[in-house]
Amino acid sequence: MNIPSSTVAEAIASANRDRAGALIGYLPAGYPDIDTSIEAAVALAENGIDVIELGLPYSDPVMDGPVIQEATQTALAAGFRLRNGFEVMAAITARVSIPVVFMSYWNPIVQYGVERFADDIVAAGGAGLITPDLIPDEAASWIAASDRAGLDRIFLAAPSSTPERLAQAVETSRGFVYAVSTMGITGARLDVDSAAKSLVARLRASGATSTCVGLGISSADQVREVLAYADGAIVGSALVKALTTGGVSAVAETAAALSAGTRL
Amino acid sequence: MSLRDELGPYFGEYGGRFVPESLIKALDELDAEYTAAKTDPVFQAELTALHATYTGRPSIITEVPRFARHAGGARILLKREDLNHTGSHKINNVLGQALLARRLGKTRLIAETGAGQHGVATATAAALFGMECVVYMGEVDTERQALNVARMRLLGAEVIPVTAGSRTLKDAINEALRDWVANVDTTHYLLGTVAGPHPFPVMVRDFHKIIGEEAREQVLALTGRLPDAVTACVGGGSNAMGIFHAFLDDADVRLVGFEAAGEGVDTPRHAATITMGRPGVLHGARSYLLQDEDGQTVESHSISAGLDYPGVGPEHSWLADIGRASYRPVTDSEAMDALRLMATTEGIIVAIETAHALAGVLRLGEELGPDSVILVNLSGRGDKDMVTIGNYFGVIDREAEQV
Repeated sequence: MNIPSSTVAEAIASANRDRAGALIGYLPAGYPDIDTSIEAAVALAENGIDVIELGLPYSDPVMDGPVIQEATQTALAAGFRLRNGFEVMAAITARVSIPVVFMSYWNPIVQYGVERFADDIVAAGGAGLITPDLIPDEAASWIAASDRAGLDRIFLAAPSSTPERLAQAVETSRGFVYAVSTMGITGARLDVDSAAKSLVARLRASGATSTCVGLGISSADQVREVLAYADGAIVGSALVKALTTGGVSAVAETAAALSAGTRL
Repeated sequence: MSLRDELGPYFGEYGGRFVPESLIKALDELDAEYTAAKTDPVFQAELTALHATYTGRPSIITEVPRFARHAGGARILLKREDLNHTGSHKINNVLGQALLARRLGKTRLIAETGAGQHGVATATAAALFGMECVVYMGEVDTERQALNVARMRLLGAEVIPVTAGSRTLKDAINEALRDWVANVDTTHYLLGTVAGPHPFPVMVRDFHKIIGEEAREQVLALTGRLPDAVTACVGGGSNAMGIFHAFLDDADVRLVGFEAAGEGVDTPRHAATITMGRPGVLHGARSYLLQDEDGQTVESHSISAGLDYPGVGPEHSWLADIGRASYRPVTDSEAMDALRLMATTEGIIVAIETAHALAGVLRLGEELGPDSVILVNLSGRGDKDMVTIGNYFGVIDREAEQV
C-alpha cells in the first residue's frame, strides 16, 4: 500500500491520532433524489463522519440487504443515471473537506469505460472506489486505471479468505482494506460478529496498516467496539434508514450519535 | 485444440468470477472437489448408478415424421429429456451437484428457479439425500408455474417468492446469492444453469454433456450418420450446452440455439440475449447481457419462465463469437404454435421453453431441406405449463375449471 499518496488513508490515520478511529458513512447517490442525496452527504461531513462512501445505484446489488436495495432501486426508478453519480460527487466534494469514494458494482464501470470512470472520479474531486463484486484477481484494468489516476482502490476481505487472499487484498488495496465483519450482506445487526476482530488481526499480520470494518454496524456502541481493534468503522444501512424515515436532519442526528463512538 | 476441452474459468473473454470475496473460498472448494470427482471412479459410479436407477438414463430419441412434414420434410429427432424423472434435463446437473455437496459436508441446498423445473429437481435431490432445501423463485413465476411450486413444497422444500426487481429468474438468482454469502459454511448453492462464477459454467455443462454423448450415438445408430444440425432452446443455456458439447468438434454439424424473442426483438419485451445484448457482467460472469447504456440490467420478457433471463452462459457467448454456434430468436406466438403442432401431430406436450426450439426447427428444416437430419433437445415436458397453455389457446373449459 502506498499510504502517503492516499487521502483516504490519511483521513483514517488522522482520526486515529485524534480519536478512537475513523467513521465511514455510506449513502446512495440519487436517493431519495439528487439534491437531497447531496445535502445528506454534506450532513455526514458536518456530523463527525471522516470518509464518505457514495453508493452508485445498480439493478442487481447482490451484496446489499433490503434497506439499501430499496433505496438504490428507488433512485433507479426515479431515473438515476451514472452521470448523475459524478454530478453528486462533484457537488459534495465542492462543499466538504473529507474524502469521498464511490461504492459501485463492476458492470456499470465496465460499460462506462474503466479509464473514463477513473478520469471522471478525479474530475469530480473523488478519492477512489470500493468494489464489492470485483476481486483483485479480475481487477487488472481497474488497478492500472487507478494507478494512473492516483485513486484509492478498496478491495474486500472476508472471514473466509485464505491467508494468501488476505495478503493479496492488502497488497492491491490503497486507502484501506474493507474487512467484512460477518459472512453476509449489508444491514443492521444486533451483534457485530466476533469474526471481525480476528479478521482485522489477520489483515494486520499480512501487513495492513489501514483496515475498516463494515456490515452490521448501526450504533455508537458498536462503533466503539470495532474501533478498539480496527482503524475505522463503516456504517451504511442505519444512515439510509434514517434518510428514509426522517430526511437530512435525521441523517445528521444519526451521524452525530454514531460519532460518539469515536470519542476516546 | 479441441473445442470440447475448455475448462474455464474463461471462454475467450467470457466467464470469470465477479463475486464478493466472501464466496471465493466456497467456489475454490467446489472447484477442487469437482476436479477430484471428475477422475474419481467412486463418484462417477455413484452418479452413473443414480442416472440408471433414478433419472431413467439413457433417455430415448424419438423420430417425429408427422411434425416434420411442417418442417420442409427434414428428419427430426427428439432427445427425450422430458422423460427423465422430474420431467426435464435439470435432474442431470442436480444429482451431480448434490453428490458434490454431500462430499463437501454441506447439509443445506439452495437454488434459484424460473420455470420451477430446476427447483423441483433440487427439491427432489434434497429429499433423496436428506438435506434441507430452500428454493428462490420470482413472484411472477410462482404464479405462472403454480404446479411446480406445489411439487417443491410436497417434496419438503421451502419456496421463497422473490418480490424484488422484475420478480423473475434474475432476481431469484440475486436472492440465492445473498443467502449463499450469509450461509456458505453449511450451504451449497445448486446453480441451475451454465452461468454464474467459475466453476459453475464448466461443471453444469459437464453434468449435462451426457445428453449429447448419448444422442450422438443414438443418431448414428438410427441414421448411420451425424445430424446436420443440433438444436436447443437457450435461456441460461444448460440444455443447449448439454446437447451441443459432444458435437463441438464435428465441424459439419451446425449448432443452433433458439432464444426467447418474447413479443419480438423489435420490441423491448424479449429475452434474446445473444441476438440483442452486448458483453457485460452479471451474476458472477462476463457474458452477453441485456443492459442499458449505464450497465443496468434490462428486464427480460418471455411467455416461458425458464427463458425469461437477461443473461446467458459464458460458453455460449464464446461459441457465438467464434461462429461455432448460431443463436436465433423465436417469439412467444411462434413457440406456442409449435407447442400445439407437436401435441396434435405427435401426441407430445412439451414445456413452453422447449417449444422455442421446436419453432426454430420448423424454419431450420425448410432451410436444410428434406434430406437433412435435425436433432432437437426436448428439454422438458409441458405439464407445468397447462394453465398458461390453456389460457393462451382458450382450451380450458371454464365451467369444468370451476367445478
